[in-house]
Amino acid sequence: MSAASEASAAAAQAAAAEAEKDPIHLRVRDLRKSYGEHEILKGVTFDVLRGLNNVIIGASGSGKTVMVRQLIRLEKPNAGQIIVDGQDITSLSDVDLVPARRKFGMVFQMSALFDSMDVYDNVAFLLREHTKLRERDIREKVMARLKALGVEHAAHKMPAELSGGMKKRVAVARALALEPKILIYDEPTTGLDPITSRTVDDLIEQTRETYGVTSIIISHDMASVFRVGHHITYLYKGTIEASGTPEEFLASESVRVHEFLEASGVSKDLMREGRVDAPISAA
Amino acid sequence: MAEVAPQPVKAPSGDAPLAAPPSGDAPVAEPHRGFFPPWLVTIGRAVISIPLRFFSEIGMLAGLLGQAVFWGIRPPYRFSLLLAAFEFVGVQSLFIVGLTGLFIGMVFGIQLVDGFRQFGAENQAGPVVGMALTRELAPVFASLMVSARAGSAMSTELGSMRVTDQIDALTTMAVNPVQYLVVPRIIAGAVMVPLLTMLFNLIGIFGAWLVCVQILGLDPGVFTENVKWIVDAKDVTQGLIKAVVFGFTVTLIACRHGFYAKGGAAGVGQATTSAVVQSAVAILVLDYLITSIITGQGGL
Repeated sequence: MSAASEASAAAAQAAAAEAEKDPIHLRVRDLRKSYGEHEILKGVTFDVLRGLNNVIIGASGSGKTVMVRQLIRLEKPNAGQIIVDGQDITSLSDVDLVPARRKFGMVFQMSALFDSMDVYDNVAFLLREHTKLRERDIREKVMARLKALGVEHAAHKMPAELSGGMKKRVAVARALALEPKILIYDEPTTGLDPITSRTVDDLIEQTRETYGVTSIIISHDMASVFRVGHHITYLYKGTIEASGTPEEFLASESVRVHEFLEASGVSKDLMREGRVDAPISAA
Repeated sequence: MAEVAPQPVKAPSGDAPLAAPPSGDAPVAEPHRGFFPPWLVTIGRAVISIPLRFFSEIGMLAGLLGQAVFWGIRPPYRFSLLLAAFEFVGVQSLFIVGLTGLFIGMVFGIQLVDGFRQFGAENQAGPVVGMALTRELAPVFASLMVSARAGSAMSTELGSMRVTDQIDALTTMAVNPVQYLVVPRIIAGAVMVPLLTMLFNLIGIFGAWLVCVQILGLDPGVFTENVKWIVDAKDVTQGLIKAVVFGFTVTLIACRHGFYAKGGAAGVGQATTSAVVQSAVAILVLDYLITSIITGQGGL
């Protein structure tokens, strides 16, 4: 067994042990956020389940991006709690947030790779910042991560030279560098072609399985949502409209859920059957 | 399944008009109901917005400075980033600052010899050039050059990082972006601009010597002795104090505009323009204030 797979197995075991203790990895309670008089999040409450792909969906302008910015404390919410492993991170100071943020990794919509660094340095960045590893050990770890994600050949390319799918892979490799417990994907398939979207979905699931992370996926790509999602939360105009497994979500009586599903152009029948790759018009 | 009770949703009716139908009549102007006439309100708002924007800008600069001090004194200390900033602000500005210094000194030399010849005092051109350069021209021009070259680049780089989420990415990686991006740049400005000012002094005086002695025929010994006699350490110190303040201010303003840029490519362009314009204005205003304080003249 290689060192990488041993580490993966250990990570998976650790995640499994933690999951036995508390299946809820992150609790959001009555979260509120306003900009001036415009209230975006109006008391959002939901749970993120440990070791699963938790998808948060909603129309554009429903508050998904604002919410994800609160989850990782890029912004401070006006009220409410975000409890990660029993710790409320909403009340932490900037200094105390530093260790708390190390539990998270984030893959941004446009990948947000540092364009002044090559792929290798992007992935090595966190190891250099937060560990005292020697450069030789960093190289081993970085190359192993890049290899696992299938982008080791691009190690010395600059981000501008990569395709959208490759950027996403590198962004995932970078986010995983410190082996975070929670990985947040902000609209991972937006702007990608269907084949690359599928590849990214596979990557999300493969990453969860291999590294045992809890994934939070912000999306409005319904095909992708039903492909990878284990738990779906529907955000509607700053409040949670519905939340549950994909089956529970499809069985929802909520008018707004139905409207959203219909507007997404993906057949509920196809989704129930697990054949969600094609929009209804192409089926 | 946790589910919030659905609210009745009003389905858009195909028959319902989305807006009032056009009547065909000309729009009727709403009668003015305020105490002040609208033109006075418009002018009043414009006048009030100027100090508001000024104080808002000062507040943002003070806020960023406070964060920079707070994070600057905390570990980790990233010396490699500091050296890179020194190289960017200082080494890469050597040529343009040197070139500016040479021509400023040469032009100033011609003008002063031409002016002083009218009353036979052309030998005073050297010391006057030296004094003007060390006290005023070197710190002001070196800072303006650094602002135009390094400040604008800093603002653009940080602005691009902001609008492409790279600064947020740093935050999510538990790396404070002010500590990582702003602190080294501000320190580099405060350290390197005085060094560039010294370079400007030397090359500027050399440029003046070149013109005055080699072209206009002044006595080289008199030129040199007069410069040494008139220009003293106080003049150089005054210029260096200004250079430290200007370097610090220019980089702080550049970082502030880049760090808080918004609105995509257009926003980055706007941030860069604002950074350069504000830096130039700040240099000139601070120059007056510092000169006034140091000399005890000028009303301060």
